[in-house]
Amino acid sequence: MNNIFDEARVKTMADMMRRNILDMAYGCGSGAHLGGGLSVVETLAVLYGAIMYFDPSNPADPDRDRFILSKGHGVLGFYAALAQAGIFPIELLETFQRNGTDLASLTVMNINLGIESSNGSLGQGLSMAAGIALHAKSREKTFRTYVLLGNGECNEGEVWEAVMSASQFKLDNLTAIVDDNSMQSDGTSERIIDMSSFSEKFEAFGWDTASADGHDVSSLYCAITQRTANGRPKAVIAKTVKGKGVSFIENNRDWHHNRLTKSLYEQALAEIGASR
Amino acid sequence: MGSRAVFGSAMLELASQRDDVYVLSADLIISSGLDRFSKAYPDRCFNVGIAEQNLIGMAAGMAHDGAAVFATSFAPFVSMRAGEQVRVNLGCMGLNVKVVGISSGLEIAHFGNSHYGLEDISVMRSIPNITVLCPADGAEIIKVVFAAAETRGPVYIRLTGGANTPPVHADDYEFIIGKSIKLRDGNDITIIAHGAMVYHSIRAAEILQNNGISASVVNMHTVKPLDMAAVDEAALKGPVVTVEEHSVIGGLGGAVAERKSTLKNAFPQLFIGLPDIYGKPGDYSYLLEKYGLTGELIAKKIMEFLCQM
Repeated sequence: MNNIFDEARVKTMADMMRRNILDMAYGCGSGAHLGGGLSVVETLAVLYGAIMYFDPSNPADPDRDRFILSKGHGVLGFYAALAQAGIFPIELLETFQRNGTDLASLTVMNINLGIESSNGSLGQGLSMAAGIALHAKSREKTFRTYVLLGNGECNEGEVWEAVMSASQFKLDNLTAIVDDNSMQSDGTSERIIDMSSFSEKFEAFGWDTASADGHDVSSLYCAITQRTANGRPKAVIAKTVKGKGVSFIENNRDWHHNRLTKSLYEQALAEIGASR
Repeated sequence: MGSRAVFGSAMLELASQRDDVYVLSADLIISSGLDRFSKAYPDRCFNVGIAEQNLIGMAAGMAHDGAAVFATSFAPFVSMRAGEQVRVNLGCMGLNVKVVGISSGLEIAHFGNSHYGLEDISVMRSIPNITVLCPADGAEIIKVVFAAAETRGPVYIRLTGGANTPPVHADDYEFIIGKSIKLRDGNDITIIAHGAMVYHSIRAAEILQNNGISASVVNMHTVKPLDMAAVDEAALKGPVVTVEEHSVIGGLGGAVAERKSTLKNAFPQLFIGLPDIYGKPGDYSYLLEKYGLTGELIAKKIMEFLCQM
């Protein structure tokens, strides 16, 4: 499936995902990672709605493109994407953060649900993705491996260990996307660890890079799909807004992880143009 | 041959039989005895550089579809520097990575505490899903490598012993994960050991025999899952002595004690191992003497222990 870019369809998917996210966050009755979940919506809509190859009826298809959610805190967007992509039923989203759930606050590996890895401990996903890509090369498999990193997560040293290895092993079957919303748990990244230019950093280690407006599906599609088989891994820097789409969540560190009350839920629904 | 050279030979043999076996190392291909392997199988041997966290993560990625991936570095680096990567990728996800802690215990001698494997078992055995194997001699290293590859899931292989670890198994035997091997049968006490300490425990038992004490010696090559039946048999028969080249906290002694504490009529236990300190370095034989881990000194401690009972 996929490999066809229908902009209107992907935009609709993103809209549905935002609705799913608010429903999950409100429905679970406790705090959830809303800020990061909302910033990754368009990126995941483009990947699952237009770029990645997978068979919704067979999530373990050996030829599937692999996706690793290294920023485990983006789960709300991720689960919504998996449901919208038909990998599991929309109703399963109602189990988000319920006791004993498969849809936990941070991902727990479950191939049958399309969840390739357990994340939440930040900085580890790129290593795994690089290992998957290296194994694919070794086995002459043609699938592609995608990994989504957070800008704050890139404080972790292991990320750069993996950046070096991916370049060394010429993993041009690997795409890393940095969801750069300029924020992290304690506030704005500029005041915590100012990572400055991600493009320059990746390029310095021998990666190809592209930049995108992380809320413009066409911009994302172009940036992610433009590539050359030149032995270089690819990094896409997606400039995003943490909490995108809901005014009181946007760029507000209090909503890194927080609980939606009924009135805030209703306000948020209105803001994204959804009805109750 | 030393433990690392034997390990390298075992990997060569394994790779010749299976094409889904890979090796990753963190700039210790040669030190891991894998120089020949890397030349024989350049497309199955990868050096990630001095980056142990990425070592474990990439190994996990390579193992994501079920390939058996061996990842090597010095014991403290794989067990602690990359401890959380081990916990997430091997523990939580159960991926098919075989972590190999080379030169564990005190074997790296003059390098000192930065490189000693003093706490690796304690860390590894507390993480769910990880099998912990500590081969006693060269022949057992080969068996452990093959058993680890045949086991679907994460394994920690702990290599100990100097360049000339003497063989402790006179005859060939079937190696079964979780099934200890009684190398010597005695009536008074049971010495339970693993790795290079099995040889020294046999030496101790010989000395004890000359002093009228009859000791069993058990090679507890698998610390997890522990051979509970063997512990029960020993602890209900007489005093138990655990001997290990590891801290006395959290290793084999701890594992045996955890089991013994559930038994109603268990005899007391003597813990022989490394004290809860970071001491000064020296050569391997100096260190074994200093910490009482030679046959003579193990026997002496046991006799003192029995006198006090």
